[in-house]
Amino acid sequence: MNVIELIVFFAAVALALVGAVGMVMSRNPVHSALFLIANFFALAVIFLMLSAPVLAALQILVYAGAIMVLFLFVIFFFVQPGQKHAYVYSLPWQAFLSGILVIVLVCVLVAGLYMGGVFAPEEHVQSMAVKAEELTSPQALGSALFSRYLLPFELTSLLLLAAMLGAVVLARREKRSNGEEEG
Amino acid sequence: MESIVTYSLVLSAVLFTMGVLAVLVRRNPLIMFMGIELMLNAANLAFIAFARHLDKLDGQVIALIFMAVAAAEVAIGLAIIVSIYRFRRDVDVDAVNSLRG
Repeated sequence: MNVIELIVFFAAVALALVGAVGMVMSRNPVHSALFLIANFFALAVIFLMLSAPVLAALQILVYAGAIMVLFLFVIFFFVQPGQKHAYVYSLPWQAFLSGILVIVLVCVLVAGLYMGGVFAPEEHVQSMAVKAEELTSPQALGSALFSRYLLPFELTSLLLLAAMLGAVVLARREKRSNGEEEG
Repeated sequence: MESIVTYSLVLSAVLFTMGVLAVLVRRNPLIMFMGIELMLNAANLAFIAFARHLDKLDGQVIALIFMAVAAAEVAIGLAIIVSIYRFRRDVDVDAVNSLRG
């Protein structure tokens, strides 16, 4: 990894962290959504550097392009500006307890990575150029998707169909006649 | 292990934790849902990092399928949130305890 790659990588990491923290901290839901979009762009850069260009493009198209636009639509439709919320935590000390839980969780995850030997020094660097060649090519991903992983791929399409029908049924405005609700 | 893979895995752990934090401390259902998206993305990042480390495409294929599953999940989840919003103006996730309005 040369210096320029390292600089770009750490800039993306910093943007991802800023996006995540801003998403949690900001009071306005629209700001949260925009911070999350910044986070997704940073993740796309990291995917690109991890030799997954197809997934980097899909990350921007699907997450930043489709999912977050859906979120913003819902926020614009249903959240009034300057709306005061009367949210109460159901547990006493919930923010404090969840802070402790989050610290424990990140320690457990990093300890798991450490025990899994993730922090061991790199052994064979010279094969990386050959390695990245097959991994980055969209052809290889496509042929894997349509040969070895054909069944999960088709099941995904079935899942998307079911989700589409479910969303239509759930979000449909219920007909009311004479004060009676009909499904 | 390659250094970029190591850093990516640590970043994935931290991002997952931020998603958990969003679900735990925020009460707005939309922001809690964004936290779930963040957790899914962190898992995706770990899959792609391991695909790079093991030099196998399998991780990338799983990440691709995860994206489709996340899209389906967002469609259904937002439809549920919209139908709750239609019934009450302000949604407190702990106050929504009945399936039928």
